[in-house]
Amino acid sequence: MKPSSFKFLTRIFEPLLAVVAILLFWQIAVVVSGVEAYLLPAPSAILHTMWDARDRLMSATIRTGAAATIGFLIAATIGILAGSVIAAIPFLRRSLYPLATILQMVPLIAVAPLLVIWIGFGLPTAIAAAAIVALFPVIAATIDGQVSVDPGLRELFALHGASSWTRWRKLDFPASLPAIATGLRIAAGLAVIGAIVGEFVSGYGGDDAPLGIVIMSAMRESRTDLVFAAVGLSAVVGFALFGAVSCLAWLLVRRWHASAVNSVESRV
Amino acid sequence: MIRAVPSLHFHRVSRVFSGNVRAVSDVSFSVPAGTLTAVIGPSGCGKTTLLRIAAGLDHATDGSVAFVQSADRMGASESFSAADLSHRFLGRGSVSVCFQDARLLPWRTVFDNVALPLELSGVARSERIERADAVIAAAGLRDARERLPAQLSGGMRMRVALARTLVTRPEVLLLDEPCSSVDEFTRMQLDHEIRRVWQVSGATTLLVTHSVSEAVWLADQIVVMSAGAVQEIRPVSLPIGLRDRASAAFLLEVEMVMRSLAVAAGVTTG
Repeated sequence: MKPSSFKFLTRIFEPLLAVVAILLFWQIAVVVSGVEAYLLPAPSAILHTMWDARDRLMSATIRTGAAATIGFLIAATIGILAGSVIAAIPFLRRSLYPLATILQMVPLIAVAPLLVIWIGFGLPTAIAAAAIVALFPVIAATIDGQVSVDPGLRELFALHGASSWTRWRKLDFPASLPAIATGLRIAAGLAVIGAIVGEFVSGYGGDDAPLGIVIMSAMRESRTDLVFAAVGLSAVVGFALFGAVSCLAWLLVRRWHASAVNSVESRV
Repeated sequence: MIRAVPSLHFHRVSRVFSGNVRAVSDVSFSVPAGTLTAVIGPSGCGKTTLLRIAAGLDHATDGSVAFVQSADRMGASESFSAADLSHRFLGRGSVSVCFQDARLLPWRTVFDNVALPLELSGVARSERIERADAVIAAAGLRDARERLPAQLSGGMRMRVALARTLVTRPEVLLLDEPCSSVDEFTRMQLDHEIRRVWQVSGATTLLVTHSVSEAVWLADQIVVMSAGAVQEIRPVSLPIGLRDRASAAFLLEVEMVMRSLAVAAGVTTG
């Protein structure tokens, strides 16, 4: 076995061990203390519920996953385009860059009820909510990456008379990929939160209810086990999206960027 | 070299930065066509500013920089100032600059970095490959062709940057302390590479350095600068082929330049 793949296994194994230990502790604590199931169900009970309600939970997970993923993709596309345009035009950069940074700190999720007014109930509102919260980290990271391109490299392009479009394609955009990747990773996590909150305010019940609605109706029925099951599955959605984006980001910059290069034995 | 290259003239060049900081004051000297002039002096003496003005990356607040194409080939002498440079000179790729930080794009291989200037000036792909591969082979970088800058040593990165300056077949080479970030041993190897680059291109070359022995080994003429002004202009009379770093004549020449620098700095040598 190569040392690098061994290291990879231990990197997965150790956090996994921590998760198992926590679940075990939780199980024992619930059994020993005899706490009521509607307050804190045991992990075994939650797993049992997951299995019993598997059809409903599976369809809910897929719907929420779709809302988060579509919202994320919209945010990524608009964010990278808008960020690049803002970074390239000095006037926009001066006026909008501070705004993009500040808007990141506004709890945009609070506008979710507004989205219901504008868009109505259902999946589109969840998608919009996911897109809105995921958008600003992408814009801010894209601008950040493109304004901090090495001025020496810009000079090199200026010396050879490169047009600004050429410079963007061959310098600004590739140089800002590591920053954009960081923004996208943050956006992936936020998109799932946005989708769930969007569902809270806009979803409706039924067989095809998304996770946000499953959580709300389980809460009303005091089905704490089902709440836990749905929360666990939304975490899985978040983890999957985050993981996919991280992998993609790593593939894009692995050959040259310090964040990736340092971990590989490529320095000679 | 048969092709005609221009000579480079600094005429009473001054550069005052905001806050009334005089980086360069009233500097005049010429680099004859096809020769190598080294500008030497302590950090902050204005030598890099001078090179940047010649490259068109900065402007003189007073005086002018001119490239003069020799009269015998052009019929009449043609001269233009640094202000026209970007249109009349750089557009043809005739001036190449090598910076002290190699300035390679970290996501591009050695080949793609060397070919970049051709790419930016719209040279066709097949010609790009041919020309870039030629300079890569000549610089002894063929084995590193597909490597990324992060996989190269500092000296290797500099060789790639030097190869990149050659790919546009420059008539004027501006080298800004190309060896300042490498160790003494690598510096001597790079000096050979600089001499090769200069001889192959036949370009009129301005080398900014703070190494006296490098200047004496490479240059036809040494301009000693101090506090933004020219302290001394001394031709190096030793024939290029006879510059043995350990020879008495070479060391004497180094000593003379050191003295000039010491006078400029207001200290005595030993």
